[in-house]
Amino acid sequence: MTQTILFSVLVLGAVAAIFATILYVIAKKFAVEEDPRVGEVTEMLPGINCGACGFPGCPGMAAALVDAADGGDISHLNCPPGGQETMTRIGEYFGLEVGSAKETVAVLRCGGSCEKAPAKASYDGPRSCAVAHGTFAGENGCAFGCLGHGDCEVVCPFDAITMNPDTGLPEVDQEKCTSCGACVDACPRNLFEIRPVGRRDRRVWINCRNTESPVAAKKNCSVACIGCGLCKKTCDGIVQAITIENNLAYIDHDKCIACGKCVPVCPTNAIAATFEPPKPKPKKTETEPAAT
Amino acid sequence: MKTFSIGGIHPPENKLTADKPIVDLAPPAQVAIPVSQHIGKPAELVVERGTEVKVGTLLAKASGFISAPVHSSVSGKVKKIDTVVDAQGYRRQAVVIAVDGDEWEPGIDTTPDLVQSIPMDATSIVARIAEAGIVGAGGATFPTAVKYSVPEGKHVDTLLINGVECEPYLTADHRLMLENADELIVGTRVLMKAAGVARAWIGIENNKPDAIAHLQERLQTLSAAGEIPEGTLQVLPLEVKYPQGGEKQLIEAATGREVPSGKLPLDVGCVVSNVSTAIAVYHAVQKNRPFIDRIVTVTGKELVARGDGGNFRVRIGTPVSALVEAVGGMPEDTAKVVMGGPMTGKAITSFDVPITKGSGGLIFMRAADARRHAVGNCIRCSRCVGACPMGLEPYLLEKLVQAEMWEDAEREGIMDCIECGSCNFACPSNRPILDWIRLGKGRVGALRRSRAAARAGK
Repeated sequence: MTQTILFSVLVLGAVAAIFATILYVIAKKFAVEEDPRVGEVTEMLPGINCGACGFPGCPGMAAALVDAADGGDISHLNCPPGGQETMTRIGEYFGLEVGSAKETVAVLRCGGSCEKAPAKASYDGPRSCAVAHGTFAGENGCAFGCLGHGDCEVVCPFDAITMNPDTGLPEVDQEKCTSCGACVDACPRNLFEIRPVGRRDRRVWINCRNTESPVAAKKNCSVACIGCGLCKKTCDGIVQAITIENNLAYIDHDKCIACGKCVPVCPTNAIAATFEPPKPKPKKTETEPAAT
Repeated sequence: MKTFSIGGIHPPENKLTADKPIVDLAPPAQVAIPVSQHIGKPAELVVERGTEVKVGTLLAKASGFISAPVHSSVSGKVKKIDTVVDAQGYRRQAVVIAVDGDEWEPGIDTTPDLVQSIPMDATSIVARIAEAGIVGAGGATFPTAVKYSVPEGKHVDTLLINGVECEPYLTADHRLMLENADELIVGTRVLMKAAGVARAWIGIENNKPDAIAHLQERLQTLSAAGEIPEGTLQVLPLEVKYPQGGEKQLIEAATGREVPSGKLPLDVGCVVSNVSTAIAVYHAVQKNRPFIDRIVTVTGKELVARGDGGNFRVRIGTPVSALVEAVGGMPEDTAKVVMGGPMTGKAITSFDVPITKGSGGLIFMRAADARRHAVGNCIRCSRCVGACPMGLEPYLLEKLVQAEMWEDAEREGIMDCIECGSCNFACPSNRPILDWIRLGKGRVGALRRSRAAARAGK
């Protein structure tokens, strides 16, 4: 009995020792040299693997950061969801300067709500913007505007987008949005743009993507940009941030100072702002027509 | 009686306007002629604002091999080059012409006399078809001349004229076969010469016995008179089954040959053209008349019950509103207006949409017929698999598209789908299967193009 136990212990012990030796040798010989910094930097990143930085997930970004740090410059890399805070921490870790990445947010460029662009037809196909886009121009007839089926809401990994049932348009929650860009890719009409949040959250943008002729655009939507150029005229005297191409204005967010002066001059209210825009100067009071 | 072997469905036929003779619709006050009415590159404009045009004047020339020119269907003055909404509601470039009189280009033979003898040789026939802007009038709008430009090394032995008209409601081809049988026969002979084939069949489903009998009688008379050699041109009656009018289905039904995945009818020695196309070819080759009008069936249960509706010969570019006016206005109980057939057509959202070379019908659907039913879950009953005439598994393709698994969808043959809608029709859960498959086809097509571009870049 004792002998059997002793024998088993010895045999198993010997087998264990042999395998342990093999494992030890192989582990030593084929060890993968991993930069410990990659793991540490990965820890500092948000860990949501959204890909907004352009690398495959947070470990990919961390590896890129370590590579760049060896080159002595990480200022071109940025983690949009992590924001400035995360980047500053990583900069301190490497002892290097980080780029002053602006905090950004996804912005919807369509104002065609149920009220402003009333539906002329009703769609009863699958609730998917991608399918609807391939089927027809849209319930309100605008071939550029929001279709309202919420592909962006579905795709947003942070629950930052909700469809407003009253307007039929998606709304972005700035607190939750990490500007990962999932909505930009998901929207078949390319209505989302990642724009800087702006100083004190003040930002101004053209709330339309319609490049049709003014008549055609206005036919479907009362708040369509008609490319009249009044905003450009106003801005040209200030910072020249507005350009007009194909009947559509665009505000360059790098130049825009969010003064909001273009907002009230727009004849179709196609310019959106996150703040109360300044009141336009009262026009000179027209002289009463002379009574005849 | 012959039919195709895989899948197929039997939707209610509703051929309500089959006994209504074709009526010429007078040119409207204004037409909008889109420059892209075909598959392929849009035509290139050759007119500008203010140009005086006659019926048959070239408006835009073909801009590549797979492209087709566009001619004026009216006489008048080009009012503007603008955009006009298409059947889907998207704006497309179009030539807007204010109509003034009805003057034709001098070279066009406008007499009703039948021209029997075919002096042109194959090459000049194909060139003439290309010049006349003829495209597949059955709805697919593929440039006809391209089909008949048989590449070297390929041999064609059979021409099939598609008189199947398997779409419910539509009766345009049916009326043409009854009223223009002689033109159809000459047109078919022209196409036989173009393709260099010795035999041709006119495939007709046996729900049109009058058309079958009439064409058979005409063919007998003509061969007895020695106009056409015996047995080269035959009517082929077919069992009723949707989508027999599909090119690949018709080939299989008539010859038993299956067009392999990703291949063309040419690869199995066949060419297929629609009845309306054959008649347009007759006019182009024998009468020098470009593709400027087509037959449109205007129908709907309430419309026909009211005593209106019918088959109209309409100038290309005529707005739908003119047709609506011609039938005495839209019926009260109309929930959907469909351009084309009920299975493959598109619901339009505006009456400004112009009639183009591919629009064969205008259907006013009652609310009871138009609404989609509540969608249920897929119960894996495989009725869509049994209905698919291409032997695909539509339920699986739907799931793959929803999951954005494009490579898998491609492997499952999504690009073979002919978008006939049999799966949607057969589904007991009313699932919008084809809607998803169409999205997938678009994505897989883009994927293939980007792959080809990457290969070309290397």
